[in-house]
Amino acid sequence: MSDIILETRDLTKHYGGVHALEGANFTLRKGEHVAIMGDNGAGKSTFVRQITGVEQRTRGEVIFDGKPVNFAGPLDAREAGIETVFQTLALADALDVPDNLFLGREKTKFDWLGPFRILDYKSMRNDTLAALTKTGVKIPNIRNTIQNMSGGQRQCVAIARTATFHSKLTIMDEPTAALGVQETAQVENIIRTLKEQGEPLILISHNMRQVFDLVDRIVVFRRGRICANLRKEDTDGQDVVAYITGAKTQPEYADAA
Amino acid sequence: MADTTHGTGGLTFDKSKRAWPNEINVFGALVLIVLIFEGLGFALMGQSFLFDSNGRFDSIFNEQRLRIIILQVAIIGIIAIGSTQVIILGGIDLSPGSIVGVTAMVAMSFAQVAEVNGYPNPKALFGPAFMDLPVIVPIVVAILCGLAAGLVNGLLIAYTRIPPFIATLGMMVAARGAAKWWSKGQPISFPTDSYAAIGAGMKPVIWFVLLAILFHFILKFTIYGKHTYAIGSNEDAARMSGISVDRHKVLVYTIAGILAAFAAVVLSSKNLTAQAGMGVMYELDAIAMTVIGGVSLSGGRGSIVGTVLGALIFGVIISGFTFLRLDAYYQEMVKGVIIVGAVVLDQWRQRRSAARM
Ligand SMILES: Nc1ncnc2c1ncn2[C@@H]1O[C@H](COP(=O)(O)OP(=O)(O)OP(=O)(O)O)[C@@H](O)[C@H]1O
Ligand SMILES: [Mg+2]
Repeated sequence: MSDIILETRDLTKHYGGVHALEGANFTLRKGEHVAIMGDNGAGKSTFVRQITGVEQRTRGEVIFDGKPVNFAGPLDAREAGIETVFQTLALADALDVPDNLFLGREKTKFDWLGPFRILDYKSMRNDTLAALTKTGVKIPNIRNTIQNMSGGQRQCVAIARTATFHSKLTIMDEPTAALGVQETAQVENIIRTLKEQGEPLILISHNMRQVFDLVDRIVVFRRGRICANLRKEDTDGQDVVAYITGAKTQPEYADAA
Repeated sequence: MADTTHGTGGLTFDKSKRAWPNEINVFGALVLIVLIFEGLGFALMGQSFLFDSNGRFDSIFNEQRLRIIILQVAIIGIIAIGSTQVIILGGIDLSPGSIVGVTAMVAMSFAQVAEVNGYPNPKALFGPAFMDLPVIVPIVVAILCGLAAGLVNGLLIAYTRIPPFIATLGMMVAARGAAKWWSKGQPISFPTDSYAAIGAGMKPVIWFVLLAILFHFILKFTIYGKHTYAIGSNEDAARMSGISVDRHKVLVYTIAGILAAFAAVVLSSKNLTAQAGMGVMYELDAIAMTVIGGVSLSGGRGSIVGTVLGALIFGVIISGFTFLRLDAYYQEMVKGVIIVGAVVLDQWRQRRSAARM
């Protein structure tokens, strides 16, 4: 088996006339942590939505864990082993923390009851407490509904959700954008834990310090195209900014300019 | 297990810290409204509204009035159980009143006796083979009617993305037409004894209570309930979390249709007749009960307990007006004010909780 967990070939998404993503060739090895950087509207979130089946791509291929995949929806992607924190948090405001952690994969009893199978609240509650303890996320009261939480706490719930379930690939779209210093540190710790456990990660972030602290490789998007693929050792902040702003383009991506 | 505290930074599951349930407010409103009518009763009529036992000593209540209040809301209450789920889902259903009309007609046709006072049944639509059928037949036929109508609602809303308001408005008009077409506008009477027994006496109340308990349980403790709240509170999140949102919507609207059909059986059984005009405006009364009961029209919030309390408030207000001998015109006008008032209150409540964030 190859050690490549995810590969995209010519991945493209057009929204009508908007070419949000154009011909993205991307690879991720097992255990590798990669950052995706780029200006607002560069197509980073669009890239994630095509991989995770939230939207259907215009063209191109996604190869996950050795097989070409065609996820019909995010549940398919998750069942295949891709956990995602979306930029617009996929949380249900009126529900509490355990409900949100298990949203779409609730633990149930009496499964022969079909859609009316009974929720195993107790077990979900205990798992939630265990998961939050493990990831070091602090939430005053997990019975609180999400709407009564701060932006940072919400983000922590969303991230705890991805970190709780074992996955072959974790994707986080700007996970610390709304967080304070302490919560950011918590999230970064979760990411380090994933690294230690050898779980691969795609991290979308605008935070240069964070990217250089956490990942092995940086891929830069510009106007819907990949314009650079940089090993952390071979680059620095200024260099990356040059790629983001368009001052520089790697020769192999020259057609992106 | 009242309180679980974990070492890392006060991670708790603390029941006592839960927010004040909205149902308590609704219950408070119910008490308040009863008291207002008591006050008005003494001031205007010189008698008590509910605490007047007509000289009997085994009760402090005016049992007759209580019975009327409960019976009055029971049948629409059954519909409101469906409306509650649809509204929690973030939708709206304008069709149950018309579903009641068409279902009552169809079910009644399959519940006909062969002979009335020794003469052949003059109202029977079909031949002798369709008379004196076991009661299960009209019930199953009714449920199939409601299921079909609800299914069409659900499929339209989930797969053509027509707004629920429009889709169910179409069903409201179409089903009413079907009710009139069914026996060319003629009422259908003469049900079998076993059919007539379904809604006799206080039975509608029993059905309402049983269904309320059943669906309270379903909404609170099953995956169906959880997904209903999840979709109503954030449909995109539900979709991204892998909930099959479209399928779930179809299911919820179908269940609402079945509940409306069951209300039709109870109503036609209670009245011993079915007419094409049955159930007109019931959907609005059901929505009113739901909204008064604290179910948020923007979805994701509310409960069956709230709706039951809302139904009681609704019943108390209507019979309070009758008690005060207020004209029916005023009753309808005030009903309108109450519905709008409940929605305004809901929005105000949500803005306040948004401001707290
Ligand atoms: N559903 C859509 N319909 C039309 N255009 C869209 C849609 N979603 C995104 N776009 C456009 O596609 C482009 C890429 O958007 P995308 O969300 O991927 O940017 P991003 O790199 O994630 O930016 P940010 O850093 O702000 O999150 C933008 O120009 C955006 O306006
Ligand atoms: Mg984005």
